[in-house]
Amino acid sequence: MTRLLRAVPGLTLALMAVPVAAGLAATLGPALAPGALSALLAWPGLPRAVMLSLTTGLASTTLALAITLLILATLRGTRAFAALLRLLSPLLSVPHAAAALGLAFLIAPSGWIARALSPWATGWSQAPDLLILNDPAGLSLTLGLVAKEVPFLLLMALAAWPQIAAPSRLTLAQTLGYGQTAAFAFTVLPPLYRQLRLPVYAVLAYAMTSVEMGMILGPNLPPPLSVQVAGWMTEASLAQRGTAAAGAALQLVLVLAALALWRGAEIAARHGLTGMATAGLRLPGLDAPARLLALAGGAAVTAGLIAGLAGLALWSVAGLWRFPAALPESLSLATWARAAPTLGPITGNTLGLALGSAGLALILAIACLEAEHRFRLRPSAPALWLLWLPLIVPQITFLPGLHRLALELGAGGFAATLAGHLVFVLPYVFLSLAPAWRALDPRFATLAASLGASPGRSLWAIRLPLLLRPLLTAFAVGFAVSVGQYLATLLLSGGRIATLTTEAVSLSSGGNRRLIGVYALLQMALPALVFALALLGPALLYRNRRGMAA
Amino acid sequence: MDRRTFSRLMLASAALPALPRAARAVVEWDGITDIARGQTVWWHAWGGDPKINDFITWVGELALERYGVTLNQVKIASTADSVAAVLAERDAGKTTGGSVDLIWINGENFAAMKREGLLYGPFVENLPNWPLVDMAGKPAVMTDFTLPTEGYESPWAMAQLVFEYDSARLTDPPRTIEELKDWILANPGRFTFPKPPDYLGVTFLKQVLYGTMPDPSVLQRPANPATFRRRVAPLRDFLATVRDALWREGRAYPENEAALGQLLADGEIDISFAFNPGRASAEIAAGTLPDTIRTYTLKGGTIGNASFVAIPFNSGAKEGAQVIANLLLSPEVQARAQDATVLGFQTVLNLAALTEEDRARFAMLDLGLATLPPDKIGPALLEPHASWATALADDWTALYGSGD
Repeated sequence: MTRLLRAVPGLTLALMAVPVAAGLAATLGPALAPGALSALLAWPGLPRAVMLSLTTGLASTTLALAITLLILATLRGTRAFAALLRLLSPLLSVPHAAAALGLAFLIAPSGWIARALSPWATGWSQAPDLLILNDPAGLSLTLGLVAKEVPFLLLMALAAWPQIAAPSRLTLAQTLGYGQTAAFAFTVLPPLYRQLRLPVYAVLAYAMTSVEMGMILGPNLPPPLSVQVAGWMTEASLAQRGTAAAGAALQLVLVLAALALWRGAEIAARHGLTGMATAGLRLPGLDAPARLLALAGGAAVTAGLIAGLAGLALWSVAGLWRFPAALPESLSLATWARAAPTLGPITGNTLGLALGSAGLALILAIACLEAEHRFRLRPSAPALWLLWLPLIVPQITFLPGLHRLALELGAGGFAATLAGHLVFVLPYVFLSLAPAWRALDPRFATLAASLGASPGRSLWAIRLPLLLRPLLTAFAVGFAVSVGQYLATLLLSGGRIATLTTEAVSLSSGGNRRLIGVYALLQMALPALVFALALLGPALLYRNRRGMAA
Repeated sequence: MDRRTFSRLMLASAALPALPRAARAVVEWDGITDIARGQTVWWHAWGGDPKINDFITWVGELALERYGVTLNQVKIASTADSVAAVLAERDAGKTTGGSVDLIWINGENFAAMKREGLLYGPFVENLPNWPLVDMAGKPAVMTDFTLPTEGYESPWAMAQLVFEYDSARLTDPPRTIEELKDWILANPGRFTFPKPPDYLGVTFLKQVLYGTMPDPSVLQRPANPATFRRRVAPLRDFLATVRDALWREGRAYPENEAALGQLLADGEIDISFAFNPGRASAEIAAGTLPDTIRTYTLKGGTIGNASFVAIPFNSGAKEGAQVIANLLLSPEVQARAQDATVLGFQTVLNLAALTEEDRARFAMLDLGLATLPPDKIGPALLEPHASWATALADDWTALYGSGD
């Protein structure tokens, strides 16, 4: 058993290495083919597309992180925080495309806000010709990404929270006269950020490589690089696949550059923070504006997501709904009735893949971390990169390699699809769980051992229960990632396993807001349920344990 | 010996060439339907339109009931994904039991599959319903973007570019490219087209070429890089003139046909266009477009083409796939597809070749509020050679794609 456990990290890495290598080969191989790079460089939109990828990625990650930290610093423990958390956590599971479509309907010139104000306030009887969506600077895209990532970062931070003894640090700092914000920045932020770093990197990589959000909200002349790569990939004559691969390779370089830039900014920020701390600044005046910003940011994100989804929900039961009517002219359940007959098997497939891949990923992650703990292993840098690659290489060029591998192995059907999901689910589960796991006070294990408990007993009876919340959160994140897989499901199952997402994406290619509304709600419902359990579970189980239930 | 084994033996028998051609076809087809019974056909078809998905479900019910063939639609967002999947299977040596049995296809996707040798066939002329197809009146059923289909894909619907407008807002829509230009300039912000290389966006560029070129017949030959600039000069003039008067001043374009249709439904534009002449009626019937929307075509005609189904070389259910292709050509299925409340697709059949009873199926159809009757829709112009689509999309992207 011990030998097996010891081998788990290596085995897991090997398990990941094969698909990752196949995926990378599929991305980089064609990129090096003659003509691919020159075709990419000949594209006139390239400089702007590259800039857009960088600016929207960096700006949205910075903003999302800032809002998350401000909320944690100034609102924790208030009623507003509890409300925000209740509203935001189910929103984490909203698929990116659905969130983007909801926001698009909200802010478009013919969208809900304009409708609500027209014609009485604006005088518009027809939609004005304004470039709000798809603006050339990528502002709508940036805001959309912020709205989508704040819930994720907030949840990741909360999963790490119990391990950093935040309340005692804050209390101590505040008794020394530090303002709430300053106390957070000087005492909680350093250990918190150490645990939040990987999720933040994932957010940055995701923001730069996401296709759906860029397509719906982003500029389109030229689009961000990720969207253009996807366009080349699906070009009908298949003649642009080399260009797509070269674009994907460039995308990979860009993500690495952005991560390096971010790392630099982290170091600069640390120096700044240390400087301010040693200067003894108490900064109590910062609290009021910080609280205001946190409230405004949190409220904007929540309101934007909820109103967008409410708009989609309304569309799902709308008959004719013309501009500038604020509400549909007629209501009908036809769209839901049409979707109903296929929902059973589709939901079953989705659940099977998500429970299977998230469950497997959680078991592997626990085994790896436990091996790390017992044998004092440290993951090597190459190992971490391997885990990370599936997240930072654009999926659309990565997946054909995975597909090819499955074909070569003669694998197909449910097992191959599940394995494909695992490649994308495992990194998220691992990076959600690892910080909390590593930060757990080692004295619990020592104490258990000194009382005669075996390492197994210490794991099952002490540490896993203590880590229940991060375990459930990691599972829920993995579950949501699996539910959101489109291309992996389509390619690896040969299209024969229909899930809520494959159905939703193919339907949304028709732009039908009514159907998109139906599927967005359904796509959200399953992961929302799992997230609710992840939040409620510990609260119920540990309602008589102070410090663990919150 | 059961019937299936018997038919297989018949197929293999050396006596077969001695039979007259027609009789042989019947025997062969019986063999095919026998083998098809019990097969499951995975049809990769664009899944963006619930009306089409429902129609395919209905075809599947017929196929199961009459031929014992199970039809499953794989709803895809982009046909190129499925073409690439078959290509990957071939490269990995998977020559049987492939994931795609039937694929809805035309134009560049077909050209790519044919070029790469990814198609099974020829099978089309062997389909019992093939003689009903209007080969003389609708040449597009055998020529896909100037590429002869050579029996490798079977047509199932005709499409023709029609313009859509709201008659409550606009009484006399522009009927030539020249008039359209003047109308755009007089009504800034109320017209746009999907962003090339989207196929409908490129179709619009081709339509402008047809309306402005001195000699559109050159479009039937491959685009020649040496003369391309000169040939497309009138199109470039048109685009340069109207650009600032387009929706969003030409700084953003809808992604595809669906997004363009949504702009019309949202009242962001006044004139839209679609490849399905019955789209507007079907949307009105579904309550998603106002009943004041009407359609029209341009003087001199608009571009028309056909939708096809093809069978990948490595399908594990080629017989079942042929049964479906044949079923799609039956008058009953064609009439249902043409029903404005179902799809509003135009039939590929020659009505004169049908029996009295089958003709009546079409005569009974209500066109819907917005669909032009066959005698009003005007001539269908041939699709240019496939190389024009790529060249036009590249040229447009070079001129406007970077947003400068």
